[in-house]
Amino acid sequence: MNLTDLNKLINSELTTKIKNTNIENNELSIDVKVENLYQVILFLKTDEKCKFKQLIDIAAADYPDEEYRFEICYLFLSHENNLRIKIIINFNLDEKIPSITKLYPSANWMEREVFDMYGIKFKNHPDLRRILTDYGFDGHPLRKDFPLTGFNEVRYSEKDKKVIYEKVKLEQDYRNFDFDSPWEGTKYIDEIKNKGKQDG
Amino acid sequence: MAKEKKTMNLNFGPQHPAAHGVLRLILELDGELVEKVDPHIGLLHRGTEKLIEHKTYAQALPYFDRLDYVAPMNQEHAFALATEKLLDIQIPIRAQYLRVIFCEIGRILSHLLNITTQALDVGALTPSLWGFEERETLMTFYERASGSRLHANYFRTGGVHQDVPNNLLVDIGKFCETFPKIIDDLENLLTDNRIFKQRNVQIGIVTKEEALAHSFSGVMLRGSGVAWDLRKSQPYECYKDLDFKVPVGKNGDCYDRYLCRVEEMRESVKIIKQCLKKIPTGPIKTVDGKISPPTRDQLKESMEALIHHFKLFTEGYRVPKGKVYTAVEAPKGEFGVYLISDGSSKPYRCKIRAPGFSHLQAMDYLLKGHMLADVPAVLGSLDIVFGEVDR
Repeated sequence: MNLTDLNKLINSELTTKIKNTNIENNELSIDVKVENLYQVILFLKTDEKCKFKQLIDIAAADYPDEEYRFEICYLFLSHENNLRIKIIINFNLDEKIPSITKLYPSANWMEREVFDMYGIKFKNHPDLRRILTDYGFDGHPLRKDFPLTGFNEVRYSEKDKKVIYEKVKLEQDYRNFDFDSPWEGTKYIDEIKNKGKQDG
Repeated sequence: MAKEKKTMNLNFGPQHPAAHGVLRLILELDGELVEKVDPHIGLLHRGTEKLIEHKTYAQALPYFDRLDYVAPMNQEHAFALATEKLLDIQIPIRAQYLRVIFCEIGRILSHLLNITTQALDVGALTPSLWGFEERETLMTFYERASGSRLHANYFRTGGVHQDVPNNLLVDIGKFCETFPKIIDDLENLLTDNRIFKQRNVQIGIVTKEEALAHSFSGVMLRGSGVAWDLRKSQPYECYKDLDFKVPVGKNGDCYDRYLCRVEEMRESVKIIKQCLKKIPTGPIKTVDGKISPPTRDQLKESMEALIHHFKLFTEGYRVPKGKVYTAVEAPKGEFGVYLISDGSSKPYRCKIRAPGFSHLQAMDYLLKGHMLADVPAVLGSLDIVFGEVDR
């Protein structure tokens, strides 16, 4: 079985449950609605032909300006078929995502990480705690509105004889230089080129 | 009166020599039996993924050295492959061979560290002294190619940074002749060693199904009898032209994983030897001036080169919109990069898939019912490096 076969199979078996599929850069990705996510993954894991027995990773992304702010991408691997697949869901924060820890025990920490970094909550997760950030940390660092420098810094205080938390104080503001320019192949050049064509 | 079952909570780490870094384990013990393990990670979290979102593609690469810092170039490789996939460029053959040579050196570096420290955890000091001497030699090779022993920053999108200096390949060849003897010596000390076997055989057994369910990869998967190696099954670079075997374990215990690693080192030596024979001369990075910066000589003569140089080191190259996942067989398992590009010169999102993260997660499953003394043995065989687990 190759990617196109898999694409066909999924399209015929899961017609009603998926939004659309596409193959880009030799990778198959499937857009799914949140309410169908669990069913689709269950099918991919248990189906005799698919056998996606291994969850590789769960990667979230934040798009503050889009209609659905968050996106989660589940990456699966099938050793039998030597194929990979991406399942993508788009949603807003008011939605709760079904946890897939029952299907894949390794999803436990991956979902915890997504929760930690983005504040996305999972339904039926056995132990949804923060995982990578500090004890008592506030905020979700990988959201686009979280500043790179963070809010708090830690240091050892000689006076109090313990580690203390303080607001971040920067001597100089964090500078994000904007180097974007009309350097070859941008809109600006294209417009000039097209204009030249129309005139000629 | 019925005897009440009492468990004791034990805090292992974050500063403990057998924790391989900053791991904090909360162990629930019934006498000496482990009932529950709750690993607390993140003490080495540096926000790599967040930092990468604020850097250009070329600036993001050095962060990968700092993930699994005992095999730096293998990580760089995954990121370089991801950007190349989005840019849709091929890299020159010499660069492919150089990459493979240094990735295999990285594999030996990592396995040497793991085998010897695992032995150290169960009480053998000598292997680590012998092994680290060889690691030092290998890191000299790193230094001669890239300028630094650990944080190499040698790979580039489109190839490698510079060609290797004179005689480096000859010296690597010499090393390949002497190193198998060192592996034999290490095996002499460990493989049939009664104490080493008592501490490792039948400890931390993982079945095939469980290994798949827990997202294990690399040696953790092969030790349990799954013949799966990305270099074979989804070959990248020139691995398909090279002849090597994939050692597979039988019982899935700590001892089998140790044996797999030893054999993999031998296979790596074979791969390096073949590469040294086959490596052609030629360019070491793509000649596309929009991606790889010009040489210093060109800078002095060509205005175009000067402009390219300026643009590449301020704005950086732009990468077409898209989402890709690429994975390499790093020494510890499948190391992957899921890269989202929005078409600008900085990654929109870069998710790093570290093999150790899934392996460490299975600590509870692996240790349930084992003795307290088995905790370091199992931890040692997982091959954990906190740089990549915490990111």
